[in-house]
Amino acid sequence: MPHIANIAVSILFDGLAYAMFLFITSVGLSVTMGLMGFVNLAHGAFAMCGGFFVVTLTRSLGVAFVPSLVIASVAVGVISMPFERYLYRRLYKSTDLEQVLLTIGLAFMSIATFTYFYGPIPKSVPLPDWLEGDVNLGFRAFPSYRAFLVVLGVVLIAVLWYAFEKTNIGAKIRAAVDNRRMAESVGINVDRLFTLTFAVGSGLAALGGALAIQLFGLTPSFAVLYLVLFLIVVAVGGLGSLKGTLLAALVIGIIDTGGKYAFPVAGNLFIYAITVVVLLIKPAGFYGRE
Amino acid sequence: MAASETLTGEPTREQARARAAEFLISRHYYRWPEAVPWLIAIACYFVFPDRMTFGSQVLVMIMFAFSLDLILGYAGIVTLGHAAFFGIGAYTVALATLRLGWSEPISGIIAGGLVAGLVGAVVGWFILRYRGLTLLMLTIAFAATLQESGNLRSDITGGYDGLPGLTFDPVLGLFDYDLYGHTNYLYALVALAVVFYFVRRIVYSPFGQALTGIRENVRRMHAIGSPVHRRLVTVYAVSAAIAGVAGGLFTQTNAYVTLTVFDFDSSAKVMVMLIVGGTGRLYGAFIGATVYMVLEDYFSKLSPTFWQFGIGLLLVLVVLFARRGLLGLVEDAGAYLSKRKQP
Repeated sequence: MPHIANIAVSILFDGLAYAMFLFITSVGLSVTMGLMGFVNLAHGAFAMCGGFFVVTLTRSLGVAFVPSLVIASVAVGVISMPFERYLYRRLYKSTDLEQVLLTIGLAFMSIATFTYFYGPIPKSVPLPDWLEGDVNLGFRAFPSYRAFLVVLGVVLIAVLWYAFEKTNIGAKIRAAVDNRRMAESVGINVDRLFTLTFAVGSGLAALGGALAIQLFGLTPSFAVLYLVLFLIVVAVGGLGSLKGTLLAALVIGIIDTGGKYAFPVAGNLFIYAITVVVLLIKPAGFYGRE
Repeated sequence: MAASETLTGEPTREQARARAAEFLISRHYYRWPEAVPWLIAIACYFVFPDRMTFGSQVLVMIMFAFSLDLILGYAGIVTLGHAAFFGIGAYTVALATLRLGWSEPISGIIAGGLVAGLVGAVVGWFILRYRGLTLLMLTIAFAATLQESGNLRSDITGGYDGLPGLTFDPVLGLFDYDLYGHTNYLYALVALAVVFYFVRRIVYSPFGQALTGIRENVRRMHAIGSPVHRRLVTVYAVSAAIAGVAGGLFTQTNAYVTLTVFDFDSSAKVMVMLIVGGTGRLYGAFIGATVYMVLEDYFSKLSPTFWQFGIGLLLVLVVLFARRGLLGLVEDAGAYLSKRKQP
């Protein structure tokens, strides 16, 4: 295979894997923000929390990697419910500023708590054999872990798409994002719906956080470090839009991977530049409502 | 005018108008409690002569928080990227000194303010038509873009290693920078006083009133024909300029600067200071920045982890129980006491 094509395939593939991570982690944030207009800066904290659960499960309790992913996601989803019920709910009608402050406060507290228990040194997890090394697809080999990410991402997208578009609950969520009052007046319990969505979103964030360990390493500051990235995906994609979040994750994942390959010194410059350009042209994001 | 003489005392139109006029004329008068923070600042000069470097940093942060108050507290613009303008001011001064040999301090911070204000006007014109999450993301992304660009050209900016060992001329050609930062402290205090006077004038002007109107009800301001966008851009540029002056002072105080001035943390920190003190009340920035800096100085030496937990908890508590900040609490306590005195 020619050299250039080889590099292009690598970039596309790595970008795709990166995009899947971005999508899995951000989709919950997008739906909850679209549903309640709540600016949740503690979303990254739930992702970080999921990551550390997986570290403890695999390292201290000897659970295998994939089951611990499931356990951590469910656990974080359940843990997030009381936060939504007793803390977030008080501020749904407040200003953006108050929501930003409350959730940044929560993020700081979670970072401090996890630093206290786990220390500031990056953590890693033991992977099963089939996720180490490369997988050969005939014309060339790809890193197994990234291939796993892509497959998992595609499966989750399919499941979420089905749940969102074809099930009763999905229809209710779409109705509530569209017009909350109207949805309530036809008898949809939006509060309960939101708690459920919030829990699923936080659980997915936890999954994303756990998957990120192998990509970036995990420190408590993950909660704020990558938060801006998730917010960018949500804002660029458009609030509450599954399609938009996916598109934004793909665009940012692939362009950032390519940019870092071509101009390593530029760092995240490409991501921020895309964000500014997209938001100036389409302030509500790709698929957001103006 | 029989109605006005009844005991229930509905004021007549003339009386109401006179009262309103009196309020408008008198509200910008200086009241004696306003001298207190300045007297305390001057007293600190004599009481803590060996902590003047820290004192200057507090004054710089007060000015930074103050610039944020102008847009957040008065105009209601929520931004998490205000460090961008602080950084522009800081780097204008640093680069002017290092690359152009322009080390006169006062013209340095004025230049820092002008550059930051100019950038603020251009950026503001583009981004201030949006609100909510979009605006928040644009401000974050703008600060981050500056930081990454600075890192890209680290041959000019010194990157994250920074530009150390900057030297400046004596202030006014008379007062040289001393090891203990005495000159620095007084210099920063005078700069803060000048900026304060300027902002106070703005806040109590009709323009300031229009900003409050935009914060409270932007639709109504549109409806009465107020040029909302132009006013927001103007105040954004002024606020950016003040942040730039604060950044320039920061560079001069520390004699070095790194790209970390553009950090998201730095934008979040200044917002926390302002919120803890109380927004939209001029002196909130003073209390918030001082309390924050002193606590940080004390607790982060003890344990940075507990400090971070504490500041998070403080934020949550402020949002849930003291939405108007420490100054708001003081006012509430004052109102409660005076109510108890006269039952």
